[in-house]
Amino acid sequence: MSSDNQDTETHSEQMDETQESQDTNSNPVRTEEAKLKAKYPSLGQKPGGSDFLMKRLQKGQKYFDSGDYNMAKAKMKNKQLPAAAGPDKNIVTGDHIPTPQDLPQRKSSLVTSKLAG
Amino acid sequence: CAALRSGGGGNDVHWCFSQVKGAIDDDVAEADIISTVEFNHSGELLATGDKGGRVVIFQQETENKSQSQWRSEYNVYSTFQSHEPEFDYLKSLEIEEKINKIRWLPQKNAAQFLLSTNDKTIKLWKISERDKRPEGYNLKEEDGRYRDAATITTLRVPVFRPMDLMVEASPRRVFANAHTYHINSISVNSDNETYLSADDLRINLWHLEITDRSFNIVDIKPANMEELTEVITAAEFHPHQCNTFVYSSSKGTIRLCDMRASALCDKHSKLFEEPEDPSNRSFFSEIISSISDVKFSHNGRYMMTRDYLSVKIWDLNMENRPVETYQVHEYLRSKLCSLYENDCIFDKFECCWNGNDSVVMTGSYNNFFRMLDRSQRRDVTLEASRESCKPRQVLKPRRVCAGGKRKKDEISVDSLDFNKKILHTAWHPQENIIAVATTNNLYIFQEKVN
Repeated sequence: MSSDNQDTETHSEQMDETQESQDTNSNPVRTEEAKLKAKYPSLGQKPGGSDFLMKRLQKGQKYFDSGDYNMAKAKMKNKQLPAAAGPDKNIVTGDHIPTPQDLPQRKSSLVTSKLAG
Repeated sequence: CAALRSGGGGNDVHWCFSQVKGAIDDDVAEADIISTVEFNHSGELLATGDKGGRVVIFQQETENKSQSQWRSEYNVYSTFQSHEPEFDYLKSLEIEEKINKIRWLPQKNAAQFLLSTNDKTIKLWKISERDKRPEGYNLKEEDGRYRDAATITTLRVPVFRPMDLMVEASPRRVFANAHTYHINSISVNSDNETYLSADDLRINLWHLEITDRSFNIVDIKPANMEELTEVITAAEFHPHQCNTFVYSSSKGTIRLCDMRASALCDKHSKLFEEPEDPSNRSFFSEIISSISDVKFSHNGRYMMTRDYLSVKIWDLNMENRPVETYQVHEYLRSKLCSLYENDCIFDKFECCWNGNDSVVMTGSYNNFFRMLDRSQRRDVTLEASRESCKPRQVLKPRRVCAGGKRKKDEISVDSLDFNKKILHTAWHPQENIIAVATTNNLYIFQEKVN
């Protein structure tokens, strides 16, 4: 009887050790994940249609559109003007009232590639 | 620190510096950022595309017999503005002129043809040489002015006279308005008549001669965009089977489709996916499993995929797991949080095969690139740097120290420059000549022949 108990204990000890080593192996990524969640607690909680995918589909420089601007102003009569910074930049142009800081830099004129120089 | 197995022994390839193209200054203009590199089918021509929409083509000089040990250099052959910035008026969105991909057509006559694409439009360019011109017209002067008919008293036959070589690039076809989302891939079919273009959600099939129509062959757009879970990241035709193509996804899967099965290839013929260990699942899992590039081997039996941390070789006959997996920069696993914050985790690295499919290559950070020898089970990390630019200088293997005691000549993970990324590399189809693009410079390395 006692030998059986001992065997069981040893077995469970071994199991613990295996689990520990597994934790150590996956530690770097888990540590990184914990770091990220600590910095951005709201991350990953938005359901469906991943943020990254949406951001990717809408990549591209947005420009001011007076039609969108006026429509959005009409919609937002009773609400606060949305902030210019952050992820809102990627949403439909009209919902974001542009500020001078948002306007893109003028592109420089086209010249020959330096690889050909 | 875990040391990389270093090369040694008879069949080693030692890589040497050959050439570097581009400006030396650190202040890089956005337009100069190289966005694609591609050898043509013979390897004689090397094309680059940049963020400014320009294409530069280099040509390998005909070999100097006395220097047969050392293959000749690549010099500028042609350069042209392929795409210009455009504007989508409906969405108030700028359309970048950045060249996403260049693909050469196999040569059929004296001229060379390539496809270049930005986010929305694909163009077929003809690059032709002119080395003679007609002279001796009766009605025109040499400079083109018309002669006064009254002064013409005799007739002569115009003849062709040699002139300095002129290389002209002209757009022969423009394939536009077929993509709502951003084009990430183009691939010429082995039938030499058709090609595919893939964006985030759709793949279209074109005929090279027809610009006003294209067939949609894959459409993964869900009815409700809220249900979107994955996007298409890359696509390629099989090198020999003109009915077969593959496309990769942001979830780490590859689908092989057969165009004989149905007109719309939404249902795959094969699904390649490596099951994930659920205990390894983390916030980063899906992001780092996203495939940034997929390339068939030259022999058509394998395909290679590149995700954020690894390169995988798949046997087309086995769907449930890759036959080989190579870690590119495993030491980045402990940096995922900061790589997410600085967006580097979304970098799209490409990969390529050598001519006989025995070695594969891919880029990394700090201007490092990795050569993974499949047949000899060896790997090496090399660096594209202005400091190793002496002619025929042999590249020294680099080592990264992941933690713990750093040995001499090793670089620690924290010292890596994540702004220096090698995303685009290309391997000559037959010889050991490689083109490696840093942010704004193109390096050409060759094998040292002993």
